[in-house]
Amino acid sequence: MARMTMIEAVRSAMDVSMERDDDVVVFGEDVGYFGGVFRCTQGLQAKYGKTRCFDAPISESGIVGTAIGMAAYGLKPCVEIQFADYMYPAYDQITQEAARIRYRSNGDFTCPIVLRMPTGGGIFGGQTHSQSPEALFTHVCGLKVVVPSNPYDAKGLLIASIEDPDPVMFLEPKRLYNGPFDGHHDRPVTPWSKHELGEVPEGHYSIPIGKAEIRRQGSAVTVIAYGTMVHVALAAVEEMGIDAEVIDLRSLLPLDLDTIVQSVTKTGRCVVVHEATLTSGYGAELTALVQEHCFYHLEAPVVRVTGWDTPYPHAQEWDYFPGPGRVGRALAEVMEA
Amino acid sequence: MTEFPQLSLHVPEPAVRPGGMPDFSNVDIAKAGSVPRPAVDAASEDIRDLAYSIIRVLNREGEAVGPWAGLLSDEELLTGLRHMMKLRAFDARMLMAQRQGKTSFYMQHLGEEAVSCAFRKALKKGDMNFPTYRQAGLLIADDYPMVEMMNQIFSNEKDPLRGRQLPIMYSSKEHGFFTISGNLATQYVQAVGWAMASAIKNDTKIAAAWIGDGSTAESDFHSALVFASTYKAPVILNIVNNQWAISTFQGIARGGSGTFAARGLGFGIPALRVDGNDYLAVYAVSLWATERARRNLGPTLIEYVTYRVGGHSSSDDPSAYRPKTESEAWPLGDPVLRLKKHLIVRGVWSEERHVQAEAEILDEVIQAQKEAETHGTLHAGGKPSVRDIFEGVYAEMPPHIRRQRQKAGY
Repeated sequence: MARMTMIEAVRSAMDVSMERDDDVVVFGEDVGYFGGVFRCTQGLQAKYGKTRCFDAPISESGIVGTAIGMAAYGLKPCVEIQFADYMYPAYDQITQEAARIRYRSNGDFTCPIVLRMPTGGGIFGGQTHSQSPEALFTHVCGLKVVVPSNPYDAKGLLIASIEDPDPVMFLEPKRLYNGPFDGHHDRPVTPWSKHELGEVPEGHYSIPIGKAEIRRQGSAVTVIAYGTMVHVALAAVEEMGIDAEVIDLRSLLPLDLDTIVQSVTKTGRCVVVHEATLTSGYGAELTALVQEHCFYHLEAPVVRVTGWDTPYPHAQEWDYFPGPGRVGRALAEVMEA
Repeated sequence: MTEFPQLSLHVPEPAVRPGGMPDFSNVDIAKAGSVPRPAVDAASEDIRDLAYSIIRVLNREGEAVGPWAGLLSDEELLTGLRHMMKLRAFDARMLMAQRQGKTSFYMQHLGEEAVSCAFRKALKKGDMNFPTYRQAGLLIADDYPMVEMMNQIFSNEKDPLRGRQLPIMYSSKEHGFFTISGNLATQYVQAVGWAMASAIKNDTKIAAAWIGDGSTAESDFHSALVFASTYKAPVILNIVNNQWAISTFQGIARGGSGTFAARGLGFGIPALRVDGNDYLAVYAVSLWATERARRNLGPTLIEYVTYRVGGHSSSDDPSAYRPKTESEAWPLGDPVLRLKKHLIVRGVWSEERHVQAEAEILDEVIQAQKEAETHGTLHAGGKPSVRDIFEGVYAEMPPHIRRQRQKAGY
């Protein structure tokens, strides 16, 4: 076992995959010689050569479009979109092409690509470096959507994504790259080296896409979260002294509905947390599913804690970010109902 | 007061609208045989003129002339003629089937048969096309079974795509034909990616990208040229300029640039403009471009100058936006008639044999249609299962889709 940050874990996943399979190629803006603006691909070009890890022009539709063509040929491209906020020029390629090639060709062609993209805020990135566009992907049939919350999962899920026969949107919460950020931005950062999930095997392993993980067992209320919000929720639960069960979804599509239903059936209360905006966010889907499957077990309305329905502000970042205070208040509201 | 006048917006217009006399005097047509044939390793900047002229082989007398002539044998030309005639007969029957309600939609190639039929002959087994909806000649000229195409058009029980796709949006990996999206220009950059992959793997296969004049305005067209140029991908970037994007004349997409081919020059990509209604010229230029790609010399851009004689699709009536007789005035003529004339001049074909071939081909198409119809048409007979809606979204069906399939009763 080694101690890794989430950046190192992601890099290790690509390294292991490229070592095992010559068809895995990595490219994107600044990912070649320099190793990416977050350094996730550092050293890969030196190790595997510049035809397997290279810089791309600043053209997301070109990056994703060429990746689709490479996948049709038989490669397994794992490309980086520098920020999730930059994926919009590629949205046509993602939704109408990558997601549907298997279906529309009846399996004659397939599209095993991975789009890695740093997501979420908390780094003073303003409105173009902080977005969480996962619901724009979960609404598209044919995609898989993965959001890891720690280095161990990040590596295992990225390897599984690269080996997956279908297109996977791999959203890396950038605020978690260097430590399990719990939303207390005014406190010193805890590094992954001090967290048990910063222990990552150096070799190959994979975590199945579509399986949630219960981060904290509890019986009073179920908190459904993913990515950065898992750590925020855990902090809020401890601070409120509530015996909550915290579910880390890890994969939004496919969704581990069984784990959610089992938990809410047991607790009778549910809080859904995400950093993305509220309206038509993934929380709306989760809330609807809980209502459909657990209605007769619910003691209180399901409450959502999310970013506000505004663009991500710069200076007021911490008033926008749904931190442990807001999650805590939602927990209290659900417990009192 | 300002010294400058008020600004005004320029909106280009075609030369003539319905009711007017068709006028193609603005189309500058080079004399057949007059455009030189450079070496395949020529640099883009040394052959700039080829992006502004029109490479032509067949002259008015039906003779093959100039440096691009002499590449095809009698036998190959006769086969080429048959492919174009077959595509034309196929189109006519399928358009009629659409009018009879046997399918919802159809797109024909009338006037553009030479482009895809001749291009296909420059490719080898294993090469990959990323076509638009008007390149079925790539399948016909590769002897893909017509019955399969019809099964897809009729969305019947033998439809290889299980009723999921609009008619004519074929897919055949085996025949080097990437699944048609119907989503414009997206496939152009995918072709570049496929070609890059072939180069990454040190393979020998090449790719061909296809786009229409109108869709060159999409950003994916420009992305494709950037990537092809940067990585010198072994890809042929084909632009079929058939003058019309539904009702919009090509000047709206072309803007102030002289030609569509000229778009390649800014990317350092050798660009050729060719008479798209001249089977021999299309083949010669395609072969030149494929040879460049195979020798790892990088991409080539080709603009095929042609004319869409029919409507954009079965849902379109061109008389609403262009003179009805415009196609007759088109100065590059008809690709089938021109090749036919050439073969007669060569002494290997005759009017009688042509009439006979037409009858044989029509019979072949009708037989295929009869067979396809035994498997059903859109609203009658065998059809794909409702179950097919839910299959194949993913390699493995996830639980939520399984639940929905069960809810639908399957």
